[in-house]
Amino acid sequence: MYLEKNSRVDLGELAVLLGSDEALIANEIADMEQEEIICGYHTMINWEKTSSEKVTALIEVRVTPQRGQGFDSIAERIYNYPEVQSVYLISGGFDLLVILEEKTLREISQFVSDRLSTLDSVLSTATHFILKKYKEHGTVMSRRSEDERMKVTP
Amino acid sequence: MRDPLNSRIRQVEPSGIRKFFDVVTEMQDAISLGVGEPDFDTPWHIRDEGIYALERGRTFYTSNAGLPELKQEIARYLSRRFGLSYDPASEVLVTVGGSEAIDLALRVMLEEGDEVLIPQPSYVSYSPCTVMAGGVPVTIALREEDQFKLTPEALEAAITPKTKILVLPFPNNPTGAIMTREELLPIAECVIRHDLFVVSDEIYAELTYDHEHTSIASLDGMPERTVVINGFSKSHAMTGWRLGYTCGPQQIIAQMLKLHQFAIMCAPTNSQYAAVSALKNGDEDVQQMRDSYNQRRRFLMHAFEQMGIQCFEPFGAFYVFPSIQEFGMSSDCFATRLLEEERVAVVPGTAFGACGEGFVRISYAYSLDALKVALERFARFIERLRADGGNE
Repeated sequence: MYLEKNSRVDLGELAVLLGSDEALIANEIADMEQEEIICGYHTMINWEKTSSEKVTALIEVRVTPQRGQGFDSIAERIYNYPEVQSVYLISGGFDLLVILEEKTLREISQFVSDRLSTLDSVLSTATHFILKKYKEHGTVMSRRSEDERMKVTP
Repeated sequence: MRDPLNSRIRQVEPSGIRKFFDVVTEMQDAISLGVGEPDFDTPWHIRDEGIYALERGRTFYTSNAGLPELKQEIARYLSRRFGLSYDPASEVLVTVGGSEAIDLALRVMLEEGDEVLIPQPSYVSYSPCTVMAGGVPVTIALREEDQFKLTPEALEAAITPKTKILVLPFPNNPTGAIMTREELLPIAECVIRHDLFVVSDEIYAELTYDHEHTSIASLDGMPERTVVINGFSKSHAMTGWRLGYTCGPQQIIAQMLKLHQFAIMCAPTNSQYAAVSALKNGDEDVQQMRDSYNQRRRFLMHAFEQMGIQCFEPFGAFYVFPSIQEFGMSSDCFATRLLEEERVAVVPGTAFGACGEGFVRISYAYSLDALKVALERFARFIERLRADGGNE
């Protein structure tokens, strides 16, 4: 879907590209927002190009699922912290993947040691820091952009 | 000293696009809409297969006609996509791009003085290859009011007792015109009635919009008199890999293979391995690129409509061919001034035949952002021309 790559597109232009009608597209988008298929619009930032010295951490968490509630309850207790960017339930060697973006080392270590590890059902955590982002949301972060084709060809 | 040159090569004009190319290349800040190749990179799985072939040391010749596995996949693909049926062992030849295949076909089929019907505007190589093969190119001027399609009337009118071959260049570069099955039927009937052969250049077959491509070779009575030309350049964004193929009656392909053997040996080996992956796992890539071209096509058509520029709606390739007749200047002059005044390069219609006069070719093998910038400049240019015209 076009919007997934470019949420800022002008609706009139989108209608032209898709050979559709502007009002029709506006309605469809409104419906998808209503049904929470479209949950928000974000800006993708390459922090490496800014002066920010902050880091992103992926934290593997092993937990004890709770009777009657599975993982949902413990996941909620984690995602309610505003500094948590994403939480996923994962198959494999651990249970939850918790992501903190653009935090200082101190903020992350405080979150892990004071908040996460102290939760009753958390058995263990393992924190990984992102060293370099190559590709995010389908976009390669450092792609050459100039056109190398010959300028006029038959 | 004796003349070192063959008299035919003197008859061949240098490509009309060439002088324009030199000017554009010198201009660092020019935006080009003049490119005749996809802007996409070759899909990664195809490139990966090419790299893998190199890693495995697959750097030897293949058999002259091409890798058996690739010929097999080509036959399957043509059957699955266009309902064509070819024996991979004797009716498929892998070539260095579609352009080699055009040259081979004309050279093995033409006798001295045979006439070749070439609908124009069209790709630049048909006429020179005909001349070098001893044939006589006979142009059929396609008209905008026919949406640049070949009509049976125009075909009939061009046929003489010397006519042997009809070149059928659809989907068309530079006009973007296509021929539907219904429109091909009377052409096929005429070809059969006059006992002609067809060289059908279908290199843009995968790039049709709102219509499915029909190959004339899929019509009754046509497989035995058609040489189909196709390749990977446009469909899979593989221009630089130099890989095409041709299919046709065993009798013709066998002779083309002979020439290919002596002149070329075989198409590049790692390109052939990569192409196997293109045909086995590439359908989705083709679909994505087609969708993207189609969006840009609609965008351009809409933009021209807004500018009040007359342009018939093309349903194939990645070109639009708007009319510039209202400005009362030649295509060459229009393109030169557009380049000099607004730094936008388009190709004059006359580069594709005299009947392209009054039109320019605009390629949409560019990102939407690039197209937007170029169109802004284009709009500014024609506004100025119109204002100047009004003052005189």
